[in-house]
Amino acid sequence: MTDIPVLEVEGLTKRFGEHTAVDGVSLRLASGESLAVVGESGSGKTTTARMITGLESISSGTVTMGGRPLPGPRARTAERLAFARRIQMVFQDPYTSLDRHQRIGDGIAEVLARHAPLHGAELTRRRDELLDQVGLDRRQADSRPRHLSGGQRQRAAIARALAVEPELLVLDEAVAALDVSVQAQIVNLLAEIRGQRPISYLFITHDLGIVPHLCERVVVMREGRIVEAGPTAEVLTDPRDPYTRDLIDSVPRPGWKPRRRT
Amino acid sequence: MTSYQLASVVGRRARAARLRRLLRGKLVLVAAGAVVALVVLAAVFAPLIAPYDPNAVDPMAVSQGSSAAHWLGTDDTGRDIASRLLHGARPSLLAPLVVTVGAGLVGTALAVAAAWLGGWWDRAITAVLDVVFGFPGLVLAVVGAAVFGAGLKIAVLTLTIAYLPYVARVVRGSALKERNLPYVAALRMLGLGGGRIVLRHVVPNLLPLVLVQTATAFGYTLLDVAAFSFIGLGAQPPTAEWGLMVAQGAPGILAGAPQESLYAGLAIVVFVVACSLLGAGLSQRLTGGER
Ligand SMILES: Nc1ncnc2c1ncn2[C@@H]1O[C@H](COP(=O)(O)OP(=O)(O)O)[C@@H](O)[C@H]1O
Ligand SMILES: [Mg+2]
Repeated sequence: MTDIPVLEVEGLTKRFGEHTAVDGVSLRLASGESLAVVGESGSGKTTTARMITGLESISSGTVTMGGRPLPGPRARTAERLAFARRIQMVFQDPYTSLDRHQRIGDGIAEVLARHAPLHGAELTRRRDELLDQVGLDRRQADSRPRHLSGGQRQRAAIARALAVEPELLVLDEAVAALDVSVQAQIVNLLAEIRGQRPISYLFITHDLGIVPHLCERVVVMREGRIVEAGPTAEVLTDPRDPYTRDLIDSVPRPGWKPRRRT
Repeated sequence: MTSYQLASVVGRRARAARLRRLLRGKLVLVAAGAVVALVVLAAVFAPLIAPYDPNAVDPMAVSQGSSAAHWLGTDDTGRDIASRLLHGARPSLLAPLVVTVGAGLVGTALAVAAAWLGGWWDRAITAVLDVVFGFPGLVLAVVGAAVFGAGLKIAVLTLTIAYLPYVARVVRGSALKERNLPYVAALRMLGLGGGRIVLRHVVPNLLPLVLVQTATAFGYTLLDVAAFSFIGLGAQPPTAEWGLMVAQGAPGILAGAPQESLYAGLAIVVFVVACSLLGAGLSQRLTGGER
């Protein structure tokens, strides 16, 4: 592992007209490290992720990955492929993030063929390996997304992202749409994957409860700004910002009583 | 009203509604499909099943009613109407088929290009299509006929252009929605090229919509081709074509020999109704069932 951070974000800002959705966000992710971004809905988490992944234009600030800037819209093919191997994303909605007419296995094979010099049996073997890693079998590989559950689709999306062996995986509320028990399975899967290969997560969530299982560090966003940052254990046990305390208090835990929030 | 009566009325209503739904669903679809298939088969095998040469005149059998020799009678030059209807199905179906397939292909290509490229391209393509949309097909046809001379080919070309915007408008809207779905962003991030994403992912997902659009439009384009032939801007005599047959049989209506116009008109109406029922049924199945 090198000293060059996988991701370095400086003063990242996004304005939609008058409204500033992301306001001077700075992040740093060392190789293999995982960072959680928490904050309530509308705090600018998705917009931050979309700027980092090049899906949204940047108003001001910089994003560098492995010491290189984001490729522009006219970047050459080789540059775009190299960028793909730096960063991948798993989206919140597993129903729209897979092509609905493509079989799960074919989608993974398509990505493999694009990135690795694999053909025929070798490619199939690698595809099955990836499917196996995320807990999908042959039957599901031959299915179209509509015949899979939300959890299975999210596994497929993770396998597809892993096919390019990215250094950094951005997960934007990737388990928020799933049942609680399925959420736990996916979180376990992500922890398992991290144990097997060098990969960093930028784990975006509004649910602080999941964070300790996956991330060493956490930043808390509110109204587009980072209000608190630090090691997960520290932030969760001894939050300095009152907003973070509110977030922690809203996590369901044994003996937790629903509290009416305005 | 007693509760028994009420229950029986409610039951009857529910049964009627169920029957209507059933009729709307399977039965109508099958019947319409059968009519369309039958007409298409008739067009394909016309030379084999038509009892007479469609252009063979018979001065001895002019303007006859139905008989064993001429099932649907003869026209004013003694040509067999049944044979002319069968042969006439070929240009009558082929011309609108070319129109719908052409407008479907080009319209989809333009719409997807506009939606995918966005910005300046989108505005330019949309503007051109809006201008075409503003011209009634008939005006285009008259201009086309004035410049190149009246004929079925010119009618097909002008109708194709006239139908382009209809297809393109609907497809562009769906293509925009499709382009903004997360899977497209995901595929881009995975490093796939724009061409591949459009051709292998976006277009296949739009295909059911395009099919429904063109299937629905087919009946209308057939009507338009027939109308163009009727007013002299489409097929030219002595071609056997349904719209032209309606026009050529028109004098006979007053003379007490309506068979040519009548049967040609019936062929058009039955086929167009079957087409639009089939299109509506297919659209329910293809788009309603998926999401
Ligand atoms: N495309 C957009 N146009 C205008 N405003 C947007 C757009 N995307 C997001 N926003 C606004 O930016 C703010 C942050 O949104 P988002 O990044 O989605 O937050 P989060 O992911 O934390 O819920 C919200 O106020 C939202 O309404
Ligand atoms: Mg979000």
